[in-house]
Amino acid sequence: MEKYQERLMVSAAPHAVSPMNTQKVMGTVLIALIPAFAVGVYQFGVRAVVLTAVCIASCVVFEYLYNMIAKKEQTVSDLSAVLTGALLAMNLPAGLPFWMAVVGSFAAIVVVKQLFGGLGQNIVNPAVTARIFMFIAFASEMTTWPIARGAQRAADLAPDAVTAATALGELSRGGVEAVTPSNLDLFLGNCGGCIGEVSALALLIGGAFLIWRKVITWHIPVCFLGTVFILGLIWGGFDGAIFHLCAGGVMLGAFFCATDYVTSPTSPMGKVIFGIGCGLFTMLIRIFASYPEGVSFAILIMNILVSRIDAFCEGRYVKKYADEKGGKK
Amino acid sequence: MGKHLNSVHVSHEKHTAECATEVMPVPESVCISMSQHIGAPCKPLVKKGDYVKVGQPIGDTDAFVSAPIHSSVSGTVKEISALPSVAGGEDQVIIIEADGKQEVWEEIKPPVINDMKDFIAAIRASGIVGLGGASFPTHIKLNPKNLDEVDTLIVNGAECEPFITSDHRLMLENTPFIIDGAEAIMKYLDLKKCYIGVENNKMNAIEKIREEIRSRGREGDMEVKVLRSSYPQGAERVMIYECTGKTMNAGVLPAELGVVLSNVTTIAFIGQHLKTGRPLTTKRITVDGNAIAQPKNIIVPIGARIADVAQACGGYKAEPKKILMGGPMMGRAIFSDKLPIVKNNNAILFFDGKQALIPEETACIKCGMCTRACPFNLMPVLLSDAYEARDAERLSNLRVMQCMECGSCSYVCPARRPLGFTNKLAKGFLKEAQSK
Repeated sequence: MEKYQERLMVSAAPHAVSPMNTQKVMGTVLIALIPAFAVGVYQFGVRAVVLTAVCIASCVVFEYLYNMIAKKEQTVSDLSAVLTGALLAMNLPAGLPFWMAVVGSFAAIVVVKQLFGGLGQNIVNPAVTARIFMFIAFASEMTTWPIARGAQRAADLAPDAVTAATALGELSRGGVEAVTPSNLDLFLGNCGGCIGEVSALALLIGGAFLIWRKVITWHIPVCFLGTVFILGLIWGGFDGAIFHLCAGGVMLGAFFCATDYVTSPTSPMGKVIFGIGCGLFTMLIRIFASYPEGVSFAILIMNILVSRIDAFCEGRYVKKYADEKGGKK
Repeated sequence: MGKHLNSVHVSHEKHTAECATEVMPVPESVCISMSQHIGAPCKPLVKKGDYVKVGQPIGDTDAFVSAPIHSSVSGTVKEISALPSVAGGEDQVIIIEADGKQEVWEEIKPPVINDMKDFIAAIRASGIVGLGGASFPTHIKLNPKNLDEVDTLIVNGAECEPFITSDHRLMLENTPFIIDGAEAIMKYLDLKKCYIGVENNKMNAIEKIREEIRSRGREGDMEVKVLRSSYPQGAERVMIYECTGKTMNAGVLPAELGVVLSNVTTIAFIGQHLKTGRPLTTKRITVDGNAIAQPKNIIVPIGARIADVAQACGGYKAEPKKILMGGPMMGRAIFSDKLPIVKNNNAILFFDGKQALIPEETACIKCGMCTRACPFNLMPVLLSDAYEARDAERLSNLRVMQCMECGSCSYVCPARRPLGFTNKLAKGFLKEAQSK
């Protein structure tokens, strides 16, 4: 060895980084989806597993191909495409034809994400937007719900049926009296719906895990669910409030879709506004619009407003926090 | 109070916390820089061929913001030359060939102090500067313009950088000197209260300091503040907030909040100097990292070359790829181990290829973790946008000047973006834009 070491790396501080990288953030969200996915598989069988695998695989392949064709750096290993695929699958009925899932994955990865500049640049949530696209393009298949294994009463009523309505669909068509599952069934997941949205309990467990791991903060889910609860209370009393929290995609949306970093505000105050907006639009659509479910539309509308919310909150945030903690300017 | 500033949990890596301090053998030669403090560099007081003794002043200047520099060895001045500096540019250095006798300068004797003026003069003559990292001359810090409004001394015993344990060892091994120094400052500056802030990962040091305070009956006006073991607990503005609840703007002096604050090693040195009269010629540093054979705490002569310090720690067991002056969060990566130890060094870390790896930067996912990490709740994610757009007004509105470059944002960023460094560039850009 030479007397002096003169070939050293020189870089700016800090010279250490936390173990949490983008890949681990995405991985943590995937882990948090496991309880909801498990309930989905229990209720809808192997078809749910295969459909999820198709979504994930096609998202990853589209991301890989796009990067290759566009001569961009490969970003498949950051797991964001895997997460988009998994989230999309959670938002689909288990019986959906596979080719439609592939088309949806294309919309999510190529149209919504990559054409806007890739990870971090997309304006709206890829999985949510792809779901809305599919909902309109494949209207009948996207609203054909297989009977959940736990939805005994519905099966008893019509022993030959292979499909059933969702609680929100029943509500939309026949009013409160037409709803078959009880609030407890909805909470546990004994009801028709998309693969990942049926069990509020499983989604709460996953959401709590994300907050505990500090991957997300409480602001968006609490404000989203809180708004749904209060509006549900006004609409149909306590039972109505619980019904609206547990039915449809509210839980999945509040913990997993609305909290997507890229398409939600950065500041705590912005997150509060965003969460309230999501809850408000969800309930307006559910109660007044012709669609039975409004979570995806609500998130999409709020996604588009994020840049305005961020701009609105920026100065207020600085005054509230930075000036207080750092001393007045 | 009760509320804490944001902080981040960094891996402590305090491998050397149990290593009692050793003393480095006198190297063949030392290379003493004339720029070891913030302010004007010193001018050499000796010339080639002069014989100097330990503790003899060899550099000084009339400039206001400055501190004298003393020889750390006895021997012959071999050369006065220049060395590329870690901050860019060149520093004048005095190279002294040691004779190994370590003869002490005969004029060294404990200072006679009757009043504040004598005290400040003695502090200046000792060559002490802020040893926590800033190396601001201590005699200026202890002599603020609004001294009547200052009533609190804060001794900063927080050592929040990973790896470094030199202050911890000092608190265990030289406890009485800390209280000596604090008592003297309180006496001559007429201060009413002294807080000693130490994190709760050093409970043995906290107990020792408390015992020392009790044995002198100073429980009334001296108090150990037990702090959380998170980063950046040792930053001046964080320490003042944690001890007094006062928020401090960037660019404001602690004295304006009625506080003087100094690092625990600085305070202990003052205590020792008042007893012995010995100037600052050695430094206790932590040597650690995967590339060094024997990580340890070691007292080294100021001016010892880092390669010689490495030799005293068993040499390199792997090729060092990155050498840090200071800790991994705020320390400076240096370009050569030929460089000498300076007054404010508290650690030299030798990283091998694995430790020195810089992870690849990826796309921002707007997670906001940087904002949650920033002690002052700044928004590095937006600051970096504003800097990229060279938008001076927005940078100012987002309070970029409040950034103290602690690096917490870069540390937590899952996309590995150099946010702290960008803030530093943005501050430079804003200063320039505003001066136009």
